Amino acid sequence: MTTLQIDKTIDARGMACPGPLMNLIGAIRQGQVGQVFEVLSSDEGSKTDIPAWVAKAKHELVEVNQDSGYAHFIVRKAR
Amino acid sequence: MMADEQDKPLSLVMFSGTDDKLTAAAVLAVGAAAMGRPVNLFLQYYALDAFRAGMVNADHALSPEATTAQAPVIRAHKGQHWSELLRQAKDVGEVNIQACALSMDMFGIGREDLDPIVDGIEGVAAFIASASDGQVVFI
Repeated sequence: MTTLQIDKTIDARGMACPGPLMNLIGAIRQGQVGQVFEVLSSDEGSKTDIPAWVAKAKHELVEVNQDSGYAHFIVRKAR
Repeated sequence: MMADEQDKPLSLVMFSGTDDKLTAAAVLAVGAAAMGRPVNLFLQYYALDAFRAGMVNADHALSPEATTAQAPVIRAHKGQHWSELLRQAKDVGEVNIQACALSMDMFGIGREDLDPIVDGIEGVAAFIASASDGQVVFI
């Protein structure tokens, strides 16, 4: 488990692709550099989309943890 | 916000006016916009009809390939409406929605008859120019 401090958790469980990613993008745009965001998503597409977007947007994917029926994505706003 | 110089546009010719194909096109648009690619949408024929003012949220039915078993599953799906996906695409990226001048003429409709999400009316040459050397997808 992470010991990072999470600044904002986005519970997108139950949302269809690309909803969880779009919620993450919205939160990161409103956040400040250095803040850490957690997305909870049960959407299979998030497993590929969130890492792809984080790399493209040059933020940092800190970790991904699979839970029962959903995953946690921890992302740090890098710029 | 994150568009690299080398990102080529994704250009979608939206021809079909059924909710399933409009949604499939809107998903491509929002994904491309999120990934920093400029997106051009060119509305023709039945897709243009779906973008008329007051018609966006109407029932646009499903394409003929939807079987009687699939149709209720598609209708019950919790995904967002295609118009909302397009609004999100415009919010996160550079998305240009243009009505095909020929289709406008064919249906006898003017700018004032279109939903405000449509940015303007253009001819096919202008669309091809905006597509530049990026892919063009026909839906």
